[in-house]
Amino acid sequence: MASYAARRRSNFVWLSLCWASTAFGLCFLIIILATLFWHGFGGLSLTVFTQPTRPPDEIGGLQNAIVGSLIMTVVGVAIGAPLGLLAGTYMAEYGRHSKLTFVVRFINDILLSAPSIVIGLFIYQVMVAPMHHFSGISGAVALAVIVVPVVVRTTEDMLLLVPGPLREAASALGLPRSTVVVRIAYRAARAGIITGILLAVARISGETAPLLFTALNNQFFSANLNTPMASLPAVIFQYAMNPSPVWHSLAWTGALIITLAVLALSIFARVFSSKGSAK
Amino acid sequence: MTNTPNGKAADLPTKISVKDLRFFYASHLALKSINVPLYTNKVTALIGPSGCGKSTLLRVLNRMYDLYPRQRAEGEVLLDGENILDQKQDLNLLRARVGMVFQKPTPFPMSIYDNIAFGIKLYEKLPKSELDGRVENALRGAAIWDEVRDKLSASGLSLSGGQQQRLCIARTVAIHPEVILFDEPCSALDPISTAKVEELIDELKEKYTIAIVTHNMQQAARVSEYTAFMYLGELVEFAPTTQIFTAPENPRTQNYITGRFG
Repeated sequence: MASYAARRRSNFVWLSLCWASTAFGLCFLIIILATLFWHGFGGLSLTVFTQPTRPPDEIGGLQNAIVGSLIMTVVGVAIGAPLGLLAGTYMAEYGRHSKLTFVVRFINDILLSAPSIVIGLFIYQVMVAPMHHFSGISGAVALAVIVVPVVVRTTEDMLLLVPGPLREAASALGLPRSTVVVRIAYRAARAGIITGILLAVARISGETAPLLFTALNNQFFSANLNTPMASLPAVIFQYAMNPSPVWHSLAWTGALIITLAVLALSIFARVFSSKGSAK
Repeated sequence: MTNTPNGKAADLPTKISVKDLRFFYASHLALKSINVPLYTNKVTALIGPSGCGKSTLLRVLNRMYDLYPRQRAEGEVLLDGENILDQKQDLNLLRARVGMVFQKPTPFPMSIYDNIAFGIKLYEKLPKSELDGRVENALRGAAIWDEVRDKLSASGLSLSGGQQQRLCIARTVAIHPEVILFDEPCSALDPISTAKVEELIDELKEKYTIAIVTHNMQQAARVSEYTAFMYLGELVEFAPTTQIFTAPENPRTQNYITGRFG
């Protein structure tokens, strides 16, 4: 009985530690969210979404930054997600035992943890410098480079989770390999793959560093991918550095908008994936 | 080298004839010169202890092993007289002729209707009404129609294990194969579902040639007309099921049947 009591005591101690560290972590999340709401919520109005950025003494909004962020995120995902999807499919379905897969997985893991400013500098070298100007498209490509490894990883992992017997059963019906992949494996892994893409979107919508050297910023509205383009993270960076209290307030509001958008996307991804796996 | 089965061969029409088959997992020899016939419209059971190669033999018959690198077969497997081990053999056409039902039920992640229609649509372009008829026939053929007729659009994964297995049989039957291979089809099922599947196999043999791998000797005795006993990659004895279970010729068969090993 003595050892049972000791086990209970040690269980209590470790469980308490788990609770404490969870609370500690959550604490910061709550503080961040509370601060964002405290400073940013007051500035949330229609003008934020309808007016472009203006000089500090005029009333302006974040319209150009919001639109710029949306365009570059969408284009970045449109470029990066298919590439990642195809690479992940090769690794899980075709080249599962090949050397190429091993090498790609290794490099992909490095890319996954590469500092995003390095990616920005790389795109500056290969796109901005030859084009002789900053542009929305180079910003989108930089974001795409961040999307690729995330999607490669989740696609491969999710396809590897599809049970082998399901593939065998499909092959046993005489389905060609490509049909087995597209109609059966993708279908079985759909929720996970889409979640991976949504998480990649969440990741790039808050990125500042890769845009600094590529899309730069633009105080006017532009939907032209060949011109410099404003983005929420870049505008927040610029406004937060400026002494004007009006700009500070707008920066807080911009930060709140990004956070809420990413939060909504993450919740959507979570709900979607749990729905998909329950089925 | 012999071209007759290891044991007694009957003078019956033969659908598949396995001749001097050797099978390798990388360099490991898993099947040592197997000779066995599958008689047309008969059920042939493959029995033997785990690791004896019975599933391996089954997976040669539709060349399922081709999905994996470093697995290869030597010898001949004649399906209606043509060697399916030939490199020129089209695997998808082969698998359309030789269907397979697996140990664990493997419904596709789609509706019950689509689980069946999916395979049919791959081979034939049919108008909707005709497709509906084919799906119904397949589900009736697998004795599951009455249980699913009102929920054809429900997910195949929503069915019970036994129903899922019959759905998989329906899916196999739907594309009109000539041979159906069962790889321990009942090992994940409860006794009632097992009885239904066994009953079904008994009906299916009127139209198809059937091979079944099973660990359950009573099951082999119940469903099959011919039985092949395998041990350590060799085919020890092939004979009519009644003979295998009542008067086996080989002492190793006798020891296994009577439960002295395995």
